[in-house]
Amino acid sequence: MQSSHPEVFDFDQLTILDVSFHYGRRRALNRVSLTLHTGELVGLLGPNGSGKSTLLGLLATLIEPSKGSVLYGHKSASEAGTVLRSQIGFLSHDLQLYPELTAQENLDFFAKLYGLPDSAGCIALALERAGLKERAADLVQSLSRGMRQRLALERALLHGPRLILLDEPFTGLDEYSSSALASRLKTLKRDGRIVLLATHDLDALDGLIDRAIILREGKMGELKDNIGSLKQRYRQEFRQGDK
Amino acid sequence: MCKDLRIESRSWEMISTIVFFAASCVLVFSFALVREGRPIEGVAPGIIWISVAFAGTLGLGRAFERERHYDALRGLMMAPVERSAIFSGKLLGILLLMGITELIIVSVVALMFQVTLFERPLYLIALLVTGTVGFASVGTLFAAMLVRTRSRGVLLPVLLYPITIPVLIAGVGGTFALIQADPNLDLVRFWIATMVFFDVVFLTLALWTFELVMTE
Repeated sequence: MQSSHPEVFDFDQLTILDVSFHYGRRRALNRVSLTLHTGELVGLLGPNGSGKSTLLGLLATLIEPSKGSVLYGHKSASEAGTVLRSQIGFLSHDLQLYPELTAQENLDFFAKLYGLPDSAGCIALALERAGLKERAADLVQSLSRGMRQRLALERALLHGPRLILLDEPFTGLDEYSSSALASRLKTLKRDGRIVLLATHDLDALDGLIDRAIILREGKMGELKDNIGSLKQRYRQEFRQGDK
Repeated sequence: MCKDLRIESRSWEMISTIVFFAASCVLVFSFALVREGRPIEGVAPGIIWISVAFAGTLGLGRAFERERHYDALRGLMMAPVERSAIFSGKLLGILLLMGITELIIVSVVALMFQVTLFERPLYLIALLVTGTVGFASVGTLFAAMLVRTRSRGVLLPVLLYPITIPVLIAGVGGTFALIQADPNLDLVRFWIATMVFFDVVFLTLALWTFELVMTE
């Protein structure tokens, strides 16, 4: 699933350098630094309002940092230009779908927007992966929350991006779909994608991610690789932080 | 734009609302300004452009509504295309919608106010096209800016009308000159040229600033 854009831009590393972001007077991110490499699946954890979605929006080039810089390979978003966005797949809280279009039409619209050469093949594969082959002609508004979530994920991955940013991808998924998503993420990791995944569902992440990053009031920390489940380590980290 | 047309063709929700609103607007004016079958002289151009502005504002207010559901606008912004291309697509959709509405408005005004609007159709089309492009360029930019604002319905006309006043004045002036018994075509051409000037300024500014206003 490659884009047909004549100008190809790719990168093997994402570097966040001392990034801060303010919403008016409120500081959402405070001097965040992080490096992600290809083939890495990283969990982004933290309580509500800690800045996770802001960080993902920033990496998706939807937000510009107030201070600091984000480098895709060796280039910033402005240096790389619009072609950079063909290497970013972003699934946000909201599903970024058109409810009045069918599942197939939604994928078709985004495939055209990304200029995919074999859009029919990509769409068929995406529908199959989403388990929506039989419901392809149904309007998105008639699909269940879980189905829409699966479709939104495939929409975000349709163009085979290098950097995959997922905000609460397990929302609304049943057990079977969650495990299918987990194995999909493992495949993406093996394919050399950079996956950053924000979630509160720590059980789903346990054993899946390479490392976990914690955001707390906009400040970043790394979850220590101690003994115990991810949930236990997360709770322990917060207990220590509160002291 | 094709996506918007496809969605619209399923419900006809937006076009039917706007056309109905525009026709109602003209009818209300006709009840107030036509006495014993005789309209007050020279009011037709004002009625046309007020109806165009009101119906256009209604359309612009709904232009990005579909992108608001599930935050599809962010999906658009993530596409590897110039963001001005997204603006252009939306603008074309609005122009088409306003064009259909203007056809209804002009026909109803010609009927109710007994004005000979179609004697020089090319001039009329030129006036409507240049006026609509200027109004819709600024309107599309503001509609995009306000898409995440809670009070967008109130803010859109408050921002839009003061800026587009020159276009509306030129539209009224040009149409008035055109519908006279002895039309002053030099004056019509002057108002068309004025609107072309505003179109170029508004369109350039809108294309230039769209990327900036859409980056959060």
